[in-house]
Amino acid sequence: MRKVHNRILSIAGNVVTVKASDVAYEELAEVRTSRGKSLAQVIKLEGDIVSLQVFSGSRGISTDNEIRFLGHPMKVAFSENMLGRIFDGSGQPRDNGPDLTDNLIEIAGPSVNPAKRIIPERMIRTNIPMIDVFNSLVVSQKLPIFSVSGEPYNELLARIAMQAEVDMIILGGIGLKYDQYMYFKNTLEEGGALNRSILFVHTASDPIVEGLMVPDLSLAVAEKFALSGKDVLVLLSDMTNFSDALKEIAITMEQVPSNRGYPGDLYSQLARRYEKAVDFEGAGSITTLAVTTMPGDDVTHPVPDNTGYITEGQFYLRGGRIEPFGSLSRLKQQVNDKTRKDHRAIMDGMIQLYAQYKETEEKRAMGFRMGDWDQKLLKYGVLFESQMMDLSVKISLEDALDKGWQILAECFSPQETNFRSDLIDEFWPKDKVEAKE
Amino acid sequence: MNKRCGYIKSVLGNMITVSVKENIIQNEVGYVFCGKERLMSEVIRVSGDTAFMQVFEDTKGVSVGNKVEFSGKMISVRLGPGLLGAVYDGLQNPLFSLAEKFGFFLARGEKLGALDEKKKWAFTPILKSGDKVSKAKVLGSVQEGMFEHRIMVPFDLEDEYEITSIAKAGEYTIDEEIVKIKDSKGEESSLTMVFDWPIKIPIDVYRQKLIPEETLITKARIIDTLFPVAKGGTFCIPGPFGAGKTVLQQLTSRYAEVDIVIIAACGERAGEVVETLREFPKITDPRTGKSLMERTIIICNTSSMPVAAREASVYTAATLGEYYRQMGLNVLLLADSTSRWAQAMREVSGRLEEIPGEEAYPAYLESRIAEFYERAGLVDLGDGQRGSLTIGGTVSPAGGNFEEPVTQSTLKVVGAFHGLSRERSNARKFPSIDPLESWSRYVSIVDPDKLQKAKEVLGAGNEVNQMMKVVGEEGTSIDDFLLYLKADFIDSVYLQQNGFDKVDAATNSQRQKHVFGKLHDILVKEFVFESKAKAREDFYKLRQLVIDWNYKEWDTKEFKQQEDVIDAFIDAHDKEKIAG
Repeated sequence: MRKVHNRILSIAGNVVTVKASDVAYEELAEVRTSRGKSLAQVIKLEGDIVSLQVFSGSRGISTDNEIRFLGHPMKVAFSENMLGRIFDGSGQPRDNGPDLTDNLIEIAGPSVNPAKRIIPERMIRTNIPMIDVFNSLVVSQKLPIFSVSGEPYNELLARIAMQAEVDMIILGGIGLKYDQYMYFKNTLEEGGALNRSILFVHTASDPIVEGLMVPDLSLAVAEKFALSGKDVLVLLSDMTNFSDALKEIAITMEQVPSNRGYPGDLYSQLARRYEKAVDFEGAGSITTLAVTTMPGDDVTHPVPDNTGYITEGQFYLRGGRIEPFGSLSRLKQQVNDKTRKDHRAIMDGMIQLYAQYKETEEKRAMGFRMGDWDQKLLKYGVLFESQMMDLSVKISLEDALDKGWQILAECFSPQETNFRSDLIDEFWPKDKVEAKE
Repeated sequence: MNKRCGYIKSVLGNMITVSVKENIIQNEVGYVFCGKERLMSEVIRVSGDTAFMQVFEDTKGVSVGNKVEFSGKMISVRLGPGLLGAVYDGLQNPLFSLAEKFGFFLARGEKLGALDEKKKWAFTPILKSGDKVSKAKVLGSVQEGMFEHRIMVPFDLEDEYEITSIAKAGEYTIDEEIVKIKDSKGEESSLTMVFDWPIKIPIDVYRQKLIPEETLITKARIIDTLFPVAKGGTFCIPGPFGAGKTVLQQLTSRYAEVDIVIIAACGERAGEVVETLREFPKITDPRTGKSLMERTIIICNTSSMPVAAREASVYTAATLGEYYRQMGLNVLLLADSTSRWAQAMREVSGRLEEIPGEEAYPAYLESRIAEFYERAGLVDLGDGQRGSLTIGGTVSPAGGNFEEPVTQSTLKVVGAFHGLSRERSNARKFPSIDPLESWSRYVSIVDPDKLQKAKEVLGAGNEVNQMMKVVGEEGTSIDDFLLYLKADFIDSVYLQQNGFDKVDAATNSQRQKHVFGKLHDILVKEFVFESKAKAREDFYKLRQLVIDWNYKEWDTKEFKQQEDVIDAFIDAHDKEKIAG
């Protein structure tokens, strides 16, 4: 039985200090307050003074409250029984289901040996054309969704969770609004995807420290499932909240801030989580999609900026759509030559025409006269936006490519599109060729 | 012998303080006892009987009162045959051997020998018993791949010695004694083929450092012709994310005309290193016909690996580079990215509660960066031979803004600046080195007057382009318009290079000289066109011709034929002029 301490020396922010010996770094402790029990984690040892960050916050903690050290670092259960379940940021059930205490694993484990990594080569189909066709998602990829508050990024994540062709989904919510949490839960339930999902949800009303644990919990569980052969997709929302929680703790601990108040190790902290994405040779894989809201839509803000240096591309979500410009999957070249031979041509060709449409649209807005070609582009732009870019479009890659040819044929003659003739011969809709002539 | 020990007083992140009764050496290595594990750490500050130490591993589970055992040695790397082709972490742990032993993960506290202890090397002695030697004197050699690996007297032996016995030619492992020496007091010691050297101390056993003169051919045209790098020189590549830093470094590591390439993947994505790890063994080096891996060493401390080891990784790479330089070889060290290294220093500085400088980087950031780049150099080894170590580092400035401490400190000390621009990479112009902002203090492979002319055209063409955005093409004179076309032309056909094409990806120096000469003639030529539309049309045609030329292999019939087509096209303009 471990010794119980009941003399708290200081309380500042969410950090309390207590006098204790034989305590290990990052060990867990249990704090009993008038509000109930809460977990706390050792974040600093200084002689016999131990600093603990209290997961449920320091509100209502009395200096004579009991602190009991548990003798181990943060752990989380790992079992098949977790599928369909929802947990909070300290790993406790939040769905009134039974507590899971079997087969506990440590979180935030060591990094994968780079020598054991393999070059990624498998595509993950999401049935969202803007991803599958234009910026394919690849197994073991880590991609952020750069967005701003108010955009439907959680709706996008939910769609991906429903549609992605993976074995299981782990959703980590950090600072989610309660209604967003319920939205995720209901959508997954109604779509029948909850039974292949595990949710770790920290809501905006929960203590901020608990949010810090969510990525580590999600990724530790994902890693175990991946090692047992599952292809796991980890969805995190929102990593800016996670970074803000880091900032808050760092400032409470009087660390020197580096850029706009964020701690100097922000890059390393983010990288440690994102780099968990991996394809294990001979086993499963982890792929990570993480929402990063950009304060003030500013991509040079420290959080998106550091993220961009870590991840393998990015999706921009603007105006309710995945932007074709700026969005980039750095790994798409590894997979999009093995799908259908018109994939790359459609990918490049349609975006080039869409870029031309954007220019024409600008000219139109400024009151320029629209020529024949301009009219064609305007028609094309509208069709492209409604039938490809719209987030509600759910079609397979092949159907999306066919749809692409349909849209092209609707608006242009084959010569105007600048495609290779052998592709035109094979894929241009036949009825349209005759109609034009 | 009793080892000196201390006991932990505090833990914060990867920083611990240790109370020590005995003496403490700055920068010495200590091992933290944590259960069965031994965590390597380094003394980085001493205050009274307290040592501040950074731990090279995760500190989870470390307690106050844990024992720390001191080694008396600074962080060192093992130097000897077998380094080439190896893949190490920042502290010279062999990653492939670790993977074999421990599987997918980098187990905490596990170390393995950096060099293969079982492999036998064919040693050929050069000296004999009775010869007088001192540090760095060559005793003999072994063949390591395509290089003659010199076996030298360890660099830290400061006395004058006499060889009392030396091994006969034959096969030896690295741990076998090959030489016995006697110092001036008559004390004997034995030497093997390997020795250790502390990574933070530059190796300076050469006779003198020389001024870098000879151009290092990277086979990237914009570098060799416009912003060259010299053997023994330094350069930096700053650029925002997505501008192609890593691709440019990968191309350089493949094609550069040097003997040995050391890649320090410092705090960047693991995925990118994996490409190098998996691809290099399959690629043949056109100069030697052997696998590219045989001339490469990879130091790989990616972003999720412990931060303190990341700080060490660039020093490890530099030390290995200096060691091979000492064998009369030309070594190129590519560090990607030095910003992550600087951030590692910032993290440590923050935990030491030092007074922060700009953007919370430590005040000594600038001197550390200068020290690192100063390890490059062309040196006279003293036996008539020369060796060189060239250092190139990428910089990842926050927000892509070059006005930040790491970029600025680096610019002060390097000899060439290859600034990547997002504008160019967005326009798919690769390599995205900005031809107007970049500079180099080294000598180009082409004629300086011709180069000056080309730079003038590029600058003037850009000004015309800016102006045209305001006044439109109609308001531009045909002379100005021609300047713009010429600048655009040279940019498209010479500065840009297709890294994915077998031929265009690497342009050797003769070809660069030849092609640049031809392009210079076009730049200074007075063209007469009846209209801007005709001028544009003809320059676009010429551009296509030269781009096609770029894809023809050097010194072949096809190359010559295409050149004739281009010449004919230009000549036609002369005739038109005479006729008109």
